[in-house]
Amino acid sequence: MVQAYFKIHSVEKLNDTTYSFVIACPALAKESWCGRFVNIQCGEKTLRRPISISEIDSENGTITIVFEVRGEGTAWLAKQKAGDELNILGPLGNGFFPEKDKPAIFIGGGIGCPPMLGAAQDYGKNAEAILGFRSKEQLILLDKFEQCCQSVSVTTNDGSFGTKGFVTDILKEKLQEKPDCIVYACGPMPMLKGVAAMCAEHDVQCYVSLEQRMGCGIGACLVCACKTHEKDGEHMRHVCKNGPVFDAREVDFNG
Amino acid sequence: MADLRVNIAGVEFKNPVITASGTFGFGQEYARIYDISRLGGISCKGTTLHERPGNPSPRIAETPSGILNSVGLQNPGVDAFIRDDLPFLKKQNTVIIANIAGSQIEDYVETVRRLQDADVDMIELNISCPNVKEGGVSFGTSAKSVENITKQVKAVAKQPLMIKLTPNVTDITETAAAAEAGGADAVSLINTLTGMKIDINTRRPILKNNTGGMSGAAVFPVALRMVWQVANRVKIPVVGMGGITKWQDAVEMLLAGATAVQIGTANFTDAYTPLKVIAGINDYLDEHGEKSVLDIVGKVQVW
Repeated sequence: MVQAYFKIHSVEKLNDTTYSFVIACPALAKESWCGRFVNIQCGEKTLRRPISISEIDSENGTITIVFEVRGEGTAWLAKQKAGDELNILGPLGNGFFPEKDKPAIFIGGGIGCPPMLGAAQDYGKNAEAILGFRSKEQLILLDKFEQCCQSVSVTTNDGSFGTKGFVTDILKEKLQEKPDCIVYACGPMPMLKGVAAMCAEHDVQCYVSLEQRMGCGIGACLVCACKTHEKDGEHMRHVCKNGPVFDAREVDFNG
Repeated sequence: MADLRVNIAGVEFKNPVITASGTFGFGQEYARIYDISRLGGISCKGTTLHERPGNPSPRIAETPSGILNSVGLQNPGVDAFIRDDLPFLKKQNTVIIANIAGSQIEDYVETVRRLQDADVDMIELNISCPNVKEGGVSFGTSAKSVENITKQVKAVAKQPLMIKLTPNVTDITETAAAAEAGGADAVSLINTLTGMKIDINTRRPILKNNTGGMSGAAVFPVALRMVWQVANRVKIPVVGMGGITKWQDAVEMLLAGATAVQIGTANFTDAYTPLKVIAGINDYLDEHGEKSVLDIVGKVQVW
């Protein structure tokens, strides 16, 4: 874990509100794996912004982050250019550990897609992906997923691209085809709740990456709490330190 | 190199910079970023008699130049603190301050009693947490109850006792004087100011607890004023905190009468803040020909 300034190598705008930065950060890249995140200082804001790592290039010492402009912090971030330096704390969190001997389905919802890209790339060429977006305009990273996955299904809420509906509509079919698979998912809470419920119903192992308003990002301030039900009882875990990836069976989606 | 050592109630600090309770856990996380033995001290996460799960999320909201939090004293309980966290802390070669909270006087007394033989250097009594119903803040708002709880805890405390004061009162010098009258060895201030933030689209407060404690740069002028007032009222040492983000803020606190400072929210913005503040104070003292940090404590020349 380090906190230091790292240079933005390149910037790409993926849609109206979503940006992809490649950051030159050998010290971070060597400790990074899929599903971990970084906490980035955004101008004068008191709190850093936690952003998941999308891709890792350990050979060239770079990581890619993809973020959506949601407020003042990310708006500041979106104005940064190649060559600018960012104050980054990371890499943080536990991340995904895809089990490569089982069929795997990677599910991303909207801005939840970027961390799943790294996970799918890590898993290898037999990965299957289901990506969900509100509409065609929000579509991101499809080409990248197509490069690394055996199959990619896309759903949009309004039917403007792919299948009209939700990721769970596709997941239902996939779980019937591959009852021995493992599911990895990141996206909005209602989507994760639906995915987790469907996996539980089919007795399929599922790991979800959660989002929560965060303070320190390293487990010291205890603000990003997530209630879990584990074998030894109920716990208040923390998304930054115990997560962001959790066993979906243990997460209290209503807590 | 100026002499940065300060002594508070018989406890020697290598420098006057302490990390504030609730922002620094029990030290282990920040120890992965830098050598925490460079700190003057660590005020540990608020600890209660029994384990507390804390409030539901979201527990944090960002506000102009600051934050609101409503963690609600999530902690493993004092026995787990002594068993699991203290051994690591004691190896860090810095002053360890146990921060104690509770919901009734008997809890405070029993928690401090269990720390009698524990290897902590000092006790900071949180009678000012705004996030827990009857969570200390009720003890901290009237002079009479501050004096009473201080007296009762002091009777069992083996380590020097510092009372952490809430700013959510009409006159903080009254509660500070009450702590002194009750036998406190020091006071620390300010805890957070109760605040609120509403999402105008959902029309709901961001915090699930509706309200929370405000901290960060925005509260600094209020904190500084209160530290100055209290330092002029009591004879016991004052530890100043509230919105310190840079060494200049810490120097202001010292000039206002604080013998040491605590740094909290700024750790989230820049983990190295406490180290930068220590270095900045030292350079300031050198530049102004001051041999010891004590030479500037309370040296504001008021109009």
